[in-house]
Amino acid sequence: MLYAIRSLPFLWQGLLVTLEVSALVVFFSLIAGVILGVGIVYGPPWLYWPIRIYSDFFRGIPLLVLIFFIYYGLPLFGLNFTNFGSVVLALSAFETAHIIEVVRGAIQSIPRGQNEAAKTIGLTFGKRLLYVIAPQAARRFLPPWINAVVDTVKGSALVSLVGIVDLMLAIQQVIGRTYIPMPLYVLGAVMYFVINYSLSSASRALEARFAYIRE
Amino acid sequence: MTYHLNYDFIWRHFDRLGWGLVLSLELALISILIGMAIGLSLALAYTGGGRFIRSLVAAYVEFIRNVPLLLLVYLVFYGVPSVGGFAYEATAGFVITLAVYAGATMVEVFRAGLAAVPGGLTDAGKAIGLTGWQRLIWVRLPTMFRIVLPSLSNAYVSLFKDTSLASVIAVPELTYGAQWINTNSFRVIEVWSVTAPMYLVTGYGLLFLLQRLERRFAVH
Repeated sequence: MLYAIRSLPFLWQGLLVTLEVSALVVFFSLIAGVILGVGIVYGPPWLYWPIRIYSDFFRGIPLLVLIFFIYYGLPLFGLNFTNFGSVVLALSAFETAHIIEVVRGAIQSIPRGQNEAAKTIGLTFGKRLLYVIAPQAARRFLPPWINAVVDTVKGSALVSLVGIVDLMLAIQQVIGRTYIPMPLYVLGAVMYFVINYSLSSASRALEARFAYIRE
Repeated sequence: MTYHLNYDFIWRHFDRLGWGLVLSLELALISILIGMAIGLSLALAYTGGGRFIRSLVAAYVEFIRNVPLLLLVYLVFYGVPSVGGFAYEATAGFVITLAVYAGATMVEVFRAGLAAVPGGLTDAGKAIGLTGWQRLIWVRLPTMFRIVLPSLSNAYVSLFKDTSLASVIAVPELTYGAQWINTNSFRVIEVWSVTAPMYLVTGYGLLFLLQRLERRFAVH
């Protein structure tokens, strides 16, 4: 147990890397996911089909396979990312596919009449999206989006497999030196739990907050 | 690009991928069956139980769902035996982990399903004189299964994809086979461009079959 406590500063460094990877992925996937999500709902067929294929492809293969694919595969195309860059890219590509579906679900849950009414009073597409659709879609978007953030933090543990010293690999390295696995795994599980449980509680609170909305 | 694709090595060792996929499916199947047993019993305990049982079940679900599966795999395979003073095979260790993980998902699915069974049906069961157990077996469970089928099929496919994590404790499933070929031939693009479609086709094939089942048993 003493070893576990002494290793805390080292684990803290790992935790920071986990949070950094997660934050970058959440940021990139939010931007790409919202843009592509709007594209899949309102876009013409030549825009719809590529996004649909992208989303189904990335949601259909295991995250681990995707990480290995991008980590080992990209250099062959002359793209030399650092291992950090390639895992952020892999995780972002994966999460973007999920965010697209969350955005699509949120937008499609809004009655068609809202869009038509906005058109009638002469709002342009951008204004309809910004003033009519987005405010209503946000409450449908937030709870599943936070769940996707939790999945991102959980998925970021896989970056340890390509040698990035995140919380997961930091735990493994301390175990490699001390040979006391159980206390460290439990400590690591608690650290992940604290982050993710606060996020999922926020998601549930938001869901309860918006529960009054009825169509 | 000056790189020349060469699939020879992959086809020569395709048995590692083919049998790997079979093992992946077996891992998923066994874990799902155990997970459903865990999920169903805990969902029933939660629905019928008191405050104490409810908080126990909720603690299990929340803990498992908020911790990375990779950490759970390590914890079960390296951590638990180090304390208990025993060892098990990697395959068994992974199946236990994935089953416990699947159990947490299934509790939520079944709990929501049991809550969605119309009260009128159980009342009707009571009215024709069925006992509590009979109502459960003949009224609540069949209705619940029809309600939760769509959520179940998504969980099944997702758990099938999660079997790729078994490769980290050297269970020779599909991802492990792909990594073996990768490290032995450095035919990186080739091996992953064969592996990814294998996951895709199997995953969506499963989904297609399950959706046919859903239509067959859909609640109207």
